[in-house]
Amino acid sequence: MNPPVATGAPDATDAGPVLSLRDFHPFEAYGARFLYMVPSAGIFRMDDAGGAVLDALAQGPRGLDDLVAELGDRLDVDRLLETIEELTEIRAIGDPGAPRDEAPNDLPPPDFPLNTMVLNVTNKCNLACTYCYEYGDDKIVDTQYGKQPKFMSEETAEESVEFLLRQSGEQPTAHLTFFGGETLLNFPLLQKTVAYANRRAAEEGKRITFSLTTNATLLKPEIIRWLADNDIGVTISIDGPKPVQDGLRVFHNGRGTYDVVLPKIKELLATHRSRPIGARVTLTQKHLDVLDIYRHLTEEVGFFEVGLAPVTTQEHRDYAITPESKSHMLRQFEELAEEWLEHALRDEHHGFTNVTDTIEEIHKGVSKAYGCGAGLGLMGVATDGEVALCHRFAGSPEHTIGSVSEGVDREKQERFLVDHHIAEKTDCHKCWARPICSGGCYHEAHVQYGDSSHANLHYCTWVRSWTHTCLEIYGALAEKNPKFLERFGA
Amino acid sequence: MKHVKPINQKAARIEAYVAHEAEKARDEELDVVGLRTPPHEMDGPHYPLGCSLQFSPGWEVDNRGGTAGLCQPIERDIFDCHISCFWPAHVPDQLNHSPDWTGQCASAQKDWRKLDLIFP
Repeated sequence: MNPPVATGAPDATDAGPVLSLRDFHPFEAYGARFLYMVPSAGIFRMDDAGGAVLDALAQGPRGLDDLVAELGDRLDVDRLLETIEELTEIRAIGDPGAPRDEAPNDLPPPDFPLNTMVLNVTNKCNLACTYCYEYGDDKIVDTQYGKQPKFMSEETAEESVEFLLRQSGEQPTAHLTFFGGETLLNFPLLQKTVAYANRRAAEEGKRITFSLTTNATLLKPEIIRWLADNDIGVTISIDGPKPVQDGLRVFHNGRGTYDVVLPKIKELLATHRSRPIGARVTLTQKHLDVLDIYRHLTEEVGFFEVGLAPVTTQEHRDYAITPESKSHMLRQFEELAEEWLEHALRDEHHGFTNVTDTIEEIHKGVSKAYGCGAGLGLMGVATDGEVALCHRFAGSPEHTIGSVSEGVDREKQERFLVDHHIAEKTDCHKCWARPICSGGCYHEAHVQYGDSSHANLHYCTWVRSWTHTCLEIYGALAEKNPKFLERFGA
Repeated sequence: MKHVKPINQKAARIEAYVAHEAEKARDEELDVVGLRTPPHEMDGPHYPLGCSLQFSPGWEVDNRGGTAGLCQPIERDIFDCHISCFWPAHVPDQLNHSPDWTGQCASAQKDWRKLDLIFP
């Protein structure tokens, strides 16, 4: 039980209150020193006095008077005291016994609006990519013999639109993404759903934006025309140059897809100009030449943006990326990131979206309670109308949190939000990258550990290195071209 | 701030918060810190953070690192105080004088009416 105990003044010695370093991650750019505060995700720039104080305290905690005496011959005492006060205020330094700052362990409000709904319009695919999380060795749902219909019905799609309009609450805009399987196998449904959604959104005084992901094999002029006319954002799943693409992205008979998709993608890029077209690359152990893949897709094929993601799979598969290859991959990511920075310093676009996305989060200073918006601002709908955490879990009973006809099961959703909160991830509590990573992808965790609430421990080194690289880029822009960062501010 | 410069949007919010706190600290009415509700909760309800409501391995500080949430004799005389707490409370002292006070009360939720007054 808790009787009151007089604690008196904080630990103090004859040399004034004792100070020590608190929770932050330091980084530098062009000789300037910055602090990334944890868990608030604020970024502060130090002047030389701030740097000197931190260097001195890095040797160990000491009393205020000792600290001032130590640095007083190099720095003006008033300036030193002001700096110490400011560093204390932002909690970069403080009482060694003070409890660590933790983000509040609060659940989001129950009426948190749904922003993005991913509709699995079919669970059939005309390709047989070896690594696919939906059909490959690591699949969660039996898409072939399972209970889900192969194609979503018009009725379910309409109910989904109603669900999105309802769940988006007060938000004026909502986003609908079509996904599969191969999305274009159910093209008639896309046409009907977009028309229906536009009509219903207008009636509700809202706006719905659309996008889809496709393997590009079924693109044809009338579909491309329709995509352009309806402002549908398009992401193409493609792995790179012919030998890479044909290695794992194959038809059911094993034939590679590169020669089929290339002319179709070029036609899409030439015709559909209303939204930027992005490429989404899955990296595997078989082909890890990131630079080669990136150059091919941007310079030779003409994609505006390229996002690269390592394959999600268990470690023993032959296409799973080994730890050594992860560092090789990271070095190439860093090389591309360097190039991104050179472009940004000249106010030019660079299509490596992995950097763009992270810089935006760094600029806003997001400190996440959850690795992503799944089960909260984003939900996936299976072909039968069941609502899952995200598209990767669509159709999995274990990860279902409701249905489009009956709405979200608030009890299940709340249990999910409690179990997956960063506060429950003890592995993450001492990591400085937790404001951005927050434990990582639930699906990655499910495949790797059989538990969606597990932290993505196999990516810790990678995430910290990559976040550090992006912080350095952010610092460089803050020093040399701060105006560029304003575009991330909206 | 003069020497530590906020760079991203979150840092600007932290700077504004620090300035706001400094402004409030100059308010003479708020110079007692021990028992007051933390500044960021001033507008909300006061949550009792007493011993029966939280896990707290030590009693020196509450779960916010301050003393405001610790039990006070005037406001924490609740059922849970009667078992092992040495702190004088207005509930019967079950350690020394009233060992059977809860004898008829197997479950506090159901049997609380059976907790009777003690007459010396």
